Amino acid sequence: MSSPEQWTHPEPDAAPAATAAKPTAEQVIAGLRATDEGGADLVQLLTPEGERVTHPDFDIDITPEELRGLYRDMVLIRRVDREANALQRKGQLGIWVPLLGQEAAQIGAGRAMRETDMAFPSYREHGIAWTRGINPTELLGIFRGTDQGTWDPVEKRFHPYTIVIGNQVLNAAGYAMGQKFDGKVGDDDGEATMCFFGDGATSQGDVHEGFVWAAVYDAPLVFFCQNNQWAISEPTERQSRLPLYQRARGYGFPGIRVDGNDVLATLAVTKWALNECRHGNGPILIEAFTYRMDAHTTSDDPTRYRLSDELEMWKLKDPIERVKVYLVRQQWADNEFFDSVEADADKLGEELREFCTNMPDPPAERIFSNVYAEGNPVLEAQRDEFLDYVSGFAGGEH
Amino acid sequence: MAAPTMDRSTAAAPATPVQTLTISKALNMGLRAAMEANPKVIMMGEDIGKLGGVFRITDGLQKDFGEQRVLDTPLAESGIIGTAVGLAIRGYRPVCEIQFDGFIFPGFDQIVSQVAKLHYRTQGKIKMPIVIRVPFGGGIGAVEHHSESPESYFAHTAGLKVVSCSNPADAYWMIQQAIDCDDPVLFFEPKRRYYEKGEVDTTAQPGKLFESRVLRSGTDATLVAYGPMVRTSLDAANAAAEDGTSLEVIDLRTLSPLDLAPVFESVRRTGRLVVVSEAPSESSIASEIAAKVQQECFYSLQAPVLRVTGFDTPYPPSKLEEEFLPDLDRVLHAVDRSLAW
Repeated sequence: MSSPEQWTHPEPDAAPAATAAKPTAEQVIAGLRATDEGGADLVQLLTPEGERVTHPDFDIDITPEELRGLYRDMVLIRRVDREANALQRKGQLGIWVPLLGQEAAQIGAGRAMRETDMAFPSYREHGIAWTRGINPTELLGIFRGTDQGTWDPVEKRFHPYTIVIGNQVLNAAGYAMGQKFDGKVGDDDGEATMCFFGDGATSQGDVHEGFVWAAVYDAPLVFFCQNNQWAISEPTERQSRLPLYQRARGYGFPGIRVDGNDVLATLAVTKWALNECRHGNGPILIEAFTYRMDAHTTSDDPTRYRLSDELEMWKLKDPIERVKVYLVRQQWADNEFFDSVEADADKLGEELREFCTNMPDPPAERIFSNVYAEGNPVLEAQRDEFLDYVSGFAGGEH
Repeated sequence: MAAPTMDRSTAAAPATPVQTLTISKALNMGLRAAMEANPKVIMMGEDIGKLGGVFRITDGLQKDFGEQRVLDTPLAESGIIGTAVGLAIRGYRPVCEIQFDGFIFPGFDQIVSQVAKLHYRTQGKIKMPIVIRVPFGGGIGAVEHHSESPESYFAHTAGLKVVSCSNPADAYWMIQQAIDCDDPVLFFEPKRRYYEKGEVDTTAQPGKLFESRVLRSGTDATLVAYGPMVRTSLDAANAAAEDGTSLEVIDLRTLSPLDLAPVFESVRRTGRLVVVSEAPSESSIASEIAAKVQQECFYSLQAPVLRVTGFDTPYPPSKLEEEFLPDLDRVLHAVDRSLAW
């Protein structure tokens, strides 16, 4: 393993080639392939067993109240996710994109942000949306087909969901450049931007260009990659030889791998990264090492490409259970608390179902609305002709 | 953000309001006026700062406005457009230069997926006041990818506006109006005409951006063109006049939305239309004009609408571009066919 050539041309007596799902020991040792253990550089503050551990570079003082809040966030957003998944199964949504298993990565990152920070999501960031104060009902229209996201991205500082893989990384880099041009970077009160994308997106040109742009303009941008191990059916090994966080070095900024199922570690690392950016030391890449516990979307069938063993193993690393164990062990929460969170989740689920089943279809005019800020007479003529045609049917519209 | 008002009275007006300028100098002065009028206007592109752009359109702007308003960017077109989107959300009005027409395609995804759709996706909560300047067209003896006419791709994309200037006065005003527009505008510059001169009155009230214009009145047939083919069409009309044929010439100026009212009015009088464009003809702007004219002027037409265009091939090696590009003779040949129909 001394030269790059040898990485691509195994020696004749080399060990059997790895499969996509299982890297060889040599590859793991050489750091060429990700493992399900996250590797020695993984930042962790709360083990899957709920044991609090320390880290030389990253730590966090957390009060019982704060930790209860993170727990509540994760339980509620998981309930939103499961309800929405069920609503798709009942035909109320056309599709749903589950976040199951990624609650800690998203709540930890989202709660590290300030109101003045900006976030650019992909399309699975329901947990980030939650932390930006977006009512989960506002996510439903995207997947029901009634709208394309209704929140105000400027007011909430939460960009619309971006579906083309990686596009939002460049948009985030531009926004962060603007924060810097506006003189909002350089001290504790500085602003920063977070950009969310997955392991699959790291192969996109836009993500590489985003790394380059943010680096050469010293943009206050935290690249937050949720490596959930699967890009639909393709494992991370199909995207990279190198653990993803190590890519940052090639662009000239730090890359950190954090246990994405550990809400404390994710919060600590993201707070640190945002703080660096506020002070003008951005950009920074965080790889949140996690796992997509459900399908890519409700249209996907993961049994065709991954082993159930893998799922069973990741169940033991559940992001919510470890916090519950720790809260109980520390006597930071009692049954009354856990019951109240469950009751809140039940209520939220009911609100979601009620809202979803009563969502009206948009009117035909919506096809033509807001294509342009300053209008377009050709389009307006087309709209008028169509609406006139529609209104010609007996019984009014449709 | 609200559209900034451009206070033309305080914009640095040159000593003499009417000057003879090249298209390239007029664009340069228009960009400068826009930057002076609004501090949120920024320029982004490859080699546009120190060098002033490979065609010198941004010459001197970085020196006077600084590196934070005239950005020499990394060499990545998707990066230029994609970061312009973020800057626009932040309140800036980015003007992106694509160095040559054939290099716009790495940025195509961002243009079509984000620039064109964000206003619609958010139902007006996000505006995209971005101008994408594209030197386009052939006739300069260049290597591959430096002579293309990709405007139809963008005219075909809802959410974008597409314009092309053909003379220095329009270059000066249209670039400022495009920057003022709250919609994204693809701004196609006729690169082989960059050094053609004309009078520019920097104090005159400009016409509207999204309007076609009759440049020459005539009675026998109508020529419609835009960008570099406007000069070719005017030359053809001059030559035809010597033979006693009176041609009306319309400069389209706006390719999306199309402003065809002057074309319809003209065709109803002349009964004949020839559309001239360097772009390949299939599924093109010329095709759209032909379709709309047959729909609106069906009973006025004395001959089918004819198109004189580049061929449906990749742009050829430059030794063949004289044959590839529509010229005065091909335009007049089409006029003859129309008149003889």
